[in-house]
Amino acid sequence: MLPMIEKEVIDRRSWASDDEIMDIFALSQSLPGAIAINSAIFLGYRLAGVMGAIAAAAGVVLPSLLIILVIAAFFASFMENRLIVSAFTGIRAAVVGLVAAAAVRITGANCRSIGAVVLAFLSLVINLFTGIHAMWVIVSGALVGIVLYYLPRRGNSKIPGDEQQ
Amino acid sequence: MIYLELLIKFFRIGLFTIGGGYAMLPLMQHEIEANNWITSQEFIDIIAIAEMTPGPIAINAATFIGYRTGGVLGSVAATTAIVLPSLLIVVILSRVLAKYRDHPLVNSMFAGIRPVVAGLILSAAWFIIDAVLIPVQAENGAAPAFDLASMIIAAAAFFLVAKYKFDPIKVIVMAGVVGLVIF
Repeated sequence: MLPMIEKEVIDRRSWASDDEIMDIFALSQSLPGAIAINSAIFLGYRLAGVMGAIAAAAGVVLPSLLIILVIAAFFASFMENRLIVSAFTGIRAAVVGLVAAAAVRITGANCRSIGAVVLAFLSLVINLFTGIHAMWVIVSGALVGIVLYYLPRRGNSKIPGDEQQ
Repeated sequence: MIYLELLIKFFRIGLFTIGGGYAMLPLMQHEIEANNWITSQEFIDIIAIAEMTPGPIAINAATFIGYRTGGVLGSVAATTAIVLPSLLIVVILSRVLAKYRDHPLVNSMFAGIRPVVAGLILSAAWFIIDAVLIPVQAENGAAPAFDLASMIIAAAAFFLVAKYKFDPIKVIVMAGVVGLVIF
């Protein structure tokens, strides 16, 4: 979806420059939610304020909503067909492989230090063996990251943002 | 009130989906287990459909689960709720964000979040492996039978995507055809 946004926004409409769009993509990546959706909302907001942001969000979500609604509406009756059931037995097995591949790729990209490997392992174990909600695991990860960064630097007021404390 | 529940739960999922579409899986898995919205089989079917259709996985899954639990209104509620955090954050925080993106506090926070999310996605992958490949103990005490064909398809899909960078959509279509022939 990102290349499509680029083409439409830069080449066809001149809504933003190359640099701006790269900036928006980078920022969108570090926000919660899908990157494509965040980028669209950013652009909408930049071009036309709050209403622009809402319009962009609606525009980028509506096609998915409509397509999935149609599929969801017929899915149950599809599943009564023996052939579809067979196809989905194969597809479910493939999804196992797809998600496992994504998990391995994401883990490889984000666990490049001993500390990161330990954090990933802890969160894996917590999510597998306790009922703790994943969002608390994420919040804890953020706190651990902050604590690990600031602990060895106590008393060092050169860190920007430290002055207020 | 199913619509309110969908709104709250999917807002939460949207707020904590950090690091792309797959980061949504462990959050959604939790809600599905806690609320019995859909079965784990249906969850896996939804992932397959979300991969095959255009649009982000998170949105597609929200729409599907919303429809399953609350009809058309439910799907609108879930989809709106999952986008709302992005909308609010961009509108309210966009200036602050651009300014503090490279702040060490923000960077250290993400340094903690990224590996944790990776661990969560690994456990979601295990949840899916468990649901599809690990047989449940039969009630009469007979030894559980492993489904060898599914295991081979899963392993093949893994290598095609991980090693040979196949497009997931192609892998799903191929697996569907194989499924038609052998199951």
